[in-house]
Amino acid sequence: MSSRLSGNEAVAYAMKQINPDVFGAFPITPSTDIPEYFAGFAANGEVNTEFVTVESEHSSMSVCIAAQAAGARAISATSSCGLALMYELLYVAASCRLPITLACVNRALSGPININADHSDSMGARDSGWIQIYAENNQEAYDNFIQAMPIGETTSVRLPVMSCMDGFITSHAVENIELLETETVRKFIGEYNPEHYLLKKENPLAVGPYDVSPYYMEHKVQEAEAMKAAKARILEVAAAFEKISGRRYGLFEEYRMEDAELAIVLIGSTAGTAKAAVDRLREHGVKAGLVKIRVFRPFPGEELARALSRTRAVAVMDKSEGFSANGGPVFAETRSALYDLKERPYLINIVYGLGGRDVKVEDIEKVFARLADIATTGATGPLYVHMGHRSKEETV
Amino acid sequence: MSTVYNLKKEAEKPPRLTGGHRLCAGCGAGIVVAGVLRALNPEDRAVVVNATSCLEVSTFMYPYTAYMDSYIHSAFENSAATCSGVEAAYNALKRRGKVDGTVKFITFAGDGGTYDIGFQSLSGAMERGHDMVYICYDNEAYMNTGIQRSSSTPRHTRTTTSPVGVVQPGKKQNKKDLTDILVAHNIPYVAQTAPVGKFRDLHTKSHKAIYTEGPCFLNVLAPCPRGWDYPMAKLAEITQLAVDTCVWPLFEVEEGVWRLSYEPKKKLPVVDFLRTQGRFRHMFQKGNDWMIEEAQAFVDRKWERLLVRTEA
Ligand SMILES: Cc1ncc(C[n+]2csc(CCOP(=O)(O)OP(=O)(O)O)c2C)c(N)n1
Ligand code: SF4
Ligand SMILES: [Mg+2]
Repeated sequence: MSSRLSGNEAVAYAMKQINPDVFGAFPITPSTDIPEYFAGFAANGEVNTEFVTVESEHSSMSVCIAAQAAGARAISATSSCGLALMYELLYVAASCRLPITLACVNRALSGPININADHSDSMGARDSGWIQIYAENNQEAYDNFIQAMPIGETTSVRLPVMSCMDGFITSHAVENIELLETETVRKFIGEYNPEHYLLKKENPLAVGPYDVSPYYMEHKVQEAEAMKAAKARILEVAAAFEKISGRRYGLFEEYRMEDAELAIVLIGSTAGTAKAAVDRLREHGVKAGLVKIRVFRPFPGEELARALSRTRAVAVMDKSEGFSANGGPVFAETRSALYDLKERPYLINIVYGLGGRDVKVEDIEKVFARLADIATTGATGPLYVHMGHRSKEETV
Repeated sequence: MSTVYNLKKEAEKPPRLTGGHRLCAGCGAGIVVAGVLRALNPEDRAVVVNATSCLEVSTFMYPYTAYMDSYIHSAFENSAATCSGVEAAYNALKRRGKVDGTVKFITFAGDGGTYDIGFQSLSGAMERGHDMVYICYDNEAYMNTGIQRSSSTPRHTRTTTSPVGVVQPGKKQNKKDLTDILVAHNIPYVAQTAPVGKFRDLHTKSHKAIYTEGPCFLNVLAPCPRGWDYPMAKLAEITQLAVDTCVWPLFEVEEGVWRLSYEPKKKLPVVDFLRTQGRFRHMFQKGNDWMIEEAQAFVDRKWERLLVRTEA
């Protein structure tokens, strides 16, 4: 079924089709539309979800944790400061092994306060034990959200899933989109029937213990194992999703990478811009390619290393500043993943698009120009630079 | 509920907070929790919610839970939101035919988790109108982290963050009127109680709170022998003194109607209460009479106001 929807509308529509048990709702730009649309569905009886309009994101995540522990399917949506306010509870959710689904509409973190897209919010939560899946466009935001529950809820995983899209660029732009039939979606995600839950009559359950050192580490190892197991499950769910939608997903997307010598690695909506740049360069005979990371947690290290093994120079582009003084988070992960390759490409990091700073096709072309230079001269120049800012002269 | 309360019969019910937890001997919190849970009708199930606190770390240390009912602890500041999440799940699952039977939702949090860090979460949950009970067991400080002051700690009290020094005589601020603030939420039932006598007041109010539809709040005095610095055998005596000096009056507010639950035959001077605890010891040093006078004046002022409000 074809439609024209904004990213937020598409995700809200997926939520409606899923008809979850509980929604913990709190507004924050640019994710606010999602609870607004959903409130409308609830008000019109199109869903029979408990729509809990809490007084903060801290409480929306607390409600989700408790509801999921009680045996319900719980969801929420947030951005930026809202995600930051949930920080402590993100860890609680993951360690209690509660497969909550959260739509994260990426927005820069304060301060200074800024409402536009970058990835500093979800990147700050990258080590919280949540699966993180990123969308390039509205279609992917819709598709990823529908795949989240079958991924998170499976017994070998049982982890919460953050389904991310770029604020405004994706959340507010209206695009053509293919929607699935509600029946198909419901069948795809199935019923949520956890083995243990608070409201189970036959067997009371205690959740969230004080965990002492003789046990804590075992629990963390189990959580780590679950995150590893999630990789296979994500691919399994993607394969099943392809059957119902005809759309193919993986851990990342390789765009014109077969013979690429120069490559860019990035996440999210900028992939669209980068694809246009790759196409233009290809017309001029430049062997350019793109890897768009879809799944950041679990990080597809080995697979990514394989995909980049035949390239000569790679620019990892981070849409968040990690303040590590050593590059952004995507760079750190990618660089580490490439370490085991016998022959590694040259690698640089470019931090871009902070607080919604625009990125054009020409900007991406400049990055490729620098990569071409590096590939011929072998001189990488500065390892880590910020693109498109006025405060200091930097190449690219 | 049978209208005649009989402690012996109540005590014969199988406990829902079992022994073997790790609270200090003589801890008021355990007595309060056991007492509240006893007010559940035996055929009803409950989900107990707990904020991080002495109670939490002592009653659910992996892999042992002291509760017969389902239980969830999530964090320090979110127990009310947590309870509302469980209640929301119950409503949703009930509507979809996935749970049956009566389940009650009862939250326990300390004064720190209620007056201070969990205040917003509590206010939100009460305003939203979840069918739940929130119980603050008030021991007037952050005990779990080693007796730090909270906004429930009375003025002049010695705690580790309001020490008695040369230029500072214990805590500088007065105790917050949390029960009043909860009344201002216009919820069906708010009460203040304590484990005194044969626990009749605690039992009756707990039962009412659990079985009144909508959000209900109980503030329960729960003395802490370690933080208050008194021999543990004195728990009952000190709790009774708190009530008889009107330091901790017993009252309830049902649908906005204030009712005094207990009027001491003879209102004892506050100093009788203060004298029993090391946390007030410095108030008895030479030159510190003014502290005792102030404490008395504060209690009197609040008591007078309560009498006016509860006048039939
Ligand atoms: C966000 C957060 N801040 C601080 C703490 C540390 N902490 C745990 S329990 C506690 C004090 C609890 O005081 P109260 O609620 O009065 O319960 P009590 O231990 O006195 O029974 C503190 C400060 C925490 N667990 N979480
Ligand atoms: S320190 Fe006080 S509140 Fe904590 S367990 Fe001991 S007696 Fe109870
Ligand atoms: Mg306390």
